[in-house]
Amino acid sequence: MKPNDLDNQHFETVIIGAGMAGLAAGIRLALAGKNVIILERHNASGGLNSFYSQAGRKFDVGLHAMTNYVPKGTKGTPLTKLLRQLRIPYDALDLCPQNGSRIAFPGCDLGFTNDFSFFESEVARAFPKQIDSFRALAEEVRTLDAFNLGAIPTSAREAVQRHISDPLLEDMIFCPVMYYGSAEEHDMDYGQFAIMFRSLFFEGFARPLDGVRVIIKLLQDKYRSLGGIRKMKCGIQKIHTSGGKASAIELDSGATITADIIISTAGAVETARLCEDQPADAEADNIGQLSFTETITAFDQQPTDFGWNDTIIFFNTAERFRYARVDDALVDPTSGVICFPNNYQYGEGRQLDEGFLRVTAMANHDKWCELDEEDYLAQKAYWYDELQKVTLGLLPHPKGRDVCHQASAANDGRLETAVPTLQSAIDIIAQHRIASDMFTPRTVRKYTGHLNGAIYGAPNKIKDGRTHLDNLYLAGTDQGFLGIVGAMLSGISMANLHVLQGD
Amino acid sequence: MTEDQVKQIVIDIIDEIAPDEDTSNIKPEVNLRDQMDLDSMDFLDIVMELRKQHNIEVPEEDYPKLASLDSCAEYLTPKFNA
Repeated sequence: MKPNDLDNQHFETVIIGAGMAGLAAGIRLALAGKNVIILERHNASGGLNSFYSQAGRKFDVGLHAMTNYVPKGTKGTPLTKLLRQLRIPYDALDLCPQNGSRIAFPGCDLGFTNDFSFFESEVARAFPKQIDSFRALAEEVRTLDAFNLGAIPTSAREAVQRHISDPLLEDMIFCPVMYYGSAEEHDMDYGQFAIMFRSLFFEGFARPLDGVRVIIKLLQDKYRSLGGIRKMKCGIQKIHTSGGKASAIELDSGATITADIIISTAGAVETARLCEDQPADAEADNIGQLSFTETITAFDQQPTDFGWNDTIIFFNTAERFRYARVDDALVDPTSGVICFPNNYQYGEGRQLDEGFLRVTAMANHDKWCELDEEDYLAQKAYWYDELQKVTLGLLPHPKGRDVCHQASAANDGRLETAVPTLQSAIDIIAQHRIASDMFTPRTVRKYTGHLNGAIYGAPNKIKDGRTHLDNLYLAGTDQGFLGIVGAMLSGISMANLHVLQGD
Repeated sequence: MTEDQVKQIVIDIIDEIAPDEDTSNIKPEVNLRDQMDLDSMDFLDIVMELRKQHNIEVPEEDYPKLASLDSCAEYLTPKFNA
């Protein structure tokens, strides 16, 4: 069916966007026997979490790790609820748990695994005076009703400071929590903090061997098997409105379709601006300010062959951790996330053929988008090298043959050992690099449509999914559940609440 | 349709939507939520399957009547026989 064939068709529900939230919402509605269509502007599903091929090699974007990991059979957690709602068996996700990750700050490292007691012991080792307060914070987060905070401050910084007095520990806790989903600068909502803290530290990290495409394919196949319709390369030009309702959807192709209910995963501001009754600059105060860049490098050997065993490293090299828009540079290389997709417990004989290293840091959307093509490529090359240097500074010196600093016999006959320098590390990994690429905020904007290339969307989340129109609802990033599991749960709960429950 | 048959229909639906739950020893007089890990989203699915498989409509205000197997049978049997 070509997009034009959709002209004048009516659907019970139209879902805008085939990312995790849109696909999950689609499955719920198809399960209920609804006449549902998912419209996606891009030619691939997944949205913020997707993949692409370059010279026959598949690169993931998004997903370093799936958070919210729990072993099979664990009851009552977000992952379990999600699988049940989508009627997907646990084993289909091929979730393989992480080896171990760490938070690396100047002079202090905190390791963590999928076993919370290990993280606790790390805090006790590095911050012996803070461990009781840390336990109290963890207990509060564990029992907190994240959607009904009452007397507890909504500022996560304030809430954490009620327990933790050492700013270093405070920053070290916030670094991974913010990097894995906060759309807000400097601080975040305590409810969101609690959801993220649980998903990272109480639950944990896992990944399918073949990465995010396993999850996307699973969702697509499920949706298709239930009779759901999905239309790719089908962007939306405008949502027509009449009497406080969405009356029709005009597609880029010029075709017009109608729907009883629309669920949009395009973003809060992005969706408002599609509506014909809203000005082109609607909701300007709720545009996300945080965008990111990420390098990806493929090696001809495993990361462990270099002596790199971490799964994920959340790092900060500055005196205080700053999670905010990058103002005066293209990239802020002082903090970020390093990920080795190889370093998961894939089981005997299962491993990715090549070694991969991904490095994420915050970046300035406007500055990247201003560059002409030549400068853009030059800046990509420059920042690729800079982020590689930062990364090598945080990792053990790579094992390998050192080409530049051979041990040499000095005149007096003593052997002088080579000093491991940054340059020698760069030289060693260069011998093993077989491919590299980098996405910038410009790439994010192009493929997700998020204003400012803001991966985590708008700072003010719309938790009930309601918009100014009666039959138009939001799901996904801007509804406020975080991470891949959160995105899928968002699609599920918005479909349940606004379409199925009122049925 | 007997009340026992209706109970079996509800058990079959629970088996389908929550395959990880053990439904072999459900006490009919005890709330389903007290014996199994079912939440409001799961009850929505029970209602959804009743509609899809049996054309039985359960309005939202009647969800509490699905609390236990006994109350399900009492509430649903007349609907099945209508």
